[in-house]
Amino acid sequence: MTQQQALYKYCLRLGDDALIQSYRLSEWCSNAPILEEDLALTNFALDMTGRAQALLGYAGQIDGQGKTDDDLAYKRGERQFYNHLIMELPNGNFATTIARLLFTSTFEFYFYSDLMNSADATLAAIAAKTVKEVKYHMAHATDWTCRLGDGTQESHRHMQSGIDHHWMYTGELFETDEVDAILQDRNIAVDMASIQQRWHQSITQVLKEATLKIPAGEHMQSGSQQGIHTEYLGHILTEMQYLQRAYPEAIW
Amino acid sequence: MATDSQLAMWEVFMQSKPGANYIHAGCVHASDKKMALQNARDTYTRRGEGTSIWVVPSDAIVASNPEDDDMFFDPANDKVYRLPTFYVMPEGAKAI
Repeated sequence: MTQQQALYKYCLRLGDDALIQSYRLSEWCSNAPILEEDLALTNFALDMTGRAQALLGYAGQIDGQGKTDDDLAYKRGERQFYNHLIMELPNGNFATTIARLLFTSTFEFYFYSDLMNSADATLAAIAAKTVKEVKYHMAHATDWTCRLGDGTQESHRHMQSGIDHHWMYTGELFETDEVDAILQDRNIAVDMASIQQRWHQSITQVLKEATLKIPAGEHMQSGSQQGIHTEYLGHILTEMQYLQRAYPEAIW
Repeated sequence: MATDSQLAMWEVFMQSKPGANYIHAGCVHASDKKMALQNARDTYTRRGEGTSIWVVPSDAIVASNPEDDDMFFDPANDKVYRLPTFYVMPEGAKAI
């Protein structure tokens, strides 16, 4: 694998994470428990769409075949998507979504904080913009986790169930392969082991404050780095890509 | 007022730029201070409208009663000499 191929895949991974998570959060539009939360979750979705646009656009440039961000978002099949599985899981109830957001935004905060020092100037610039956004996502998810976890018996039960449900999808966030190795050698990619340690520390602290238990399960789901997904991604793409598939090259 | 099941009401005041007055932007629902600030941020700063936010519990606002309008406000109506209209504006002054 060349450095160019590795960088292309690295950008797809990050861009797909943002795109698919954005899709899920946007499903809360008009469905959140209160209007203010509706706005908050869809604001986050818009932050992520912007990030996806930047990262997929950059991936297209690296690839050098003239693909745009839209081409990459709307014309790839399921097996060519590299988002982590946790991003594509259904929203569940509000506590389920908050649990996922806590895990992903905490991961993204540490990830993009480190990526700001990347030797790749474009990735470093995207990271600098993203850190400000995900810092807020993390604060919002942390506050809600504590409110629900340390709230009523019922909210505690829902929050714990959201945490337990997503736990086995968190290990994959820190997986690395040849792509990371090649780019890390050149100081472009970040060191996942260090991020995992900080993530774990931070999550442990938040769950403790929220009077929630850290799940004990050690089995972790995997597959996205090979383009292997849960049954949910196909359904997302079916809806998301419908217009481009039905009316190729449609513009407005 | 209709019964509201969506948490307590907070009034939101926004400052458009440093040094400017805080202006009432609207209301949000929230169960605590932190949530009120975040909800105000999410609701009222989406288009870059503000650089600073105040939130105040709505029930902490003391409002004048419309029935008192005549004694509160009418007596000022015939005191035109209180208006600074008899002064000449310094040339070039914009912010007065």
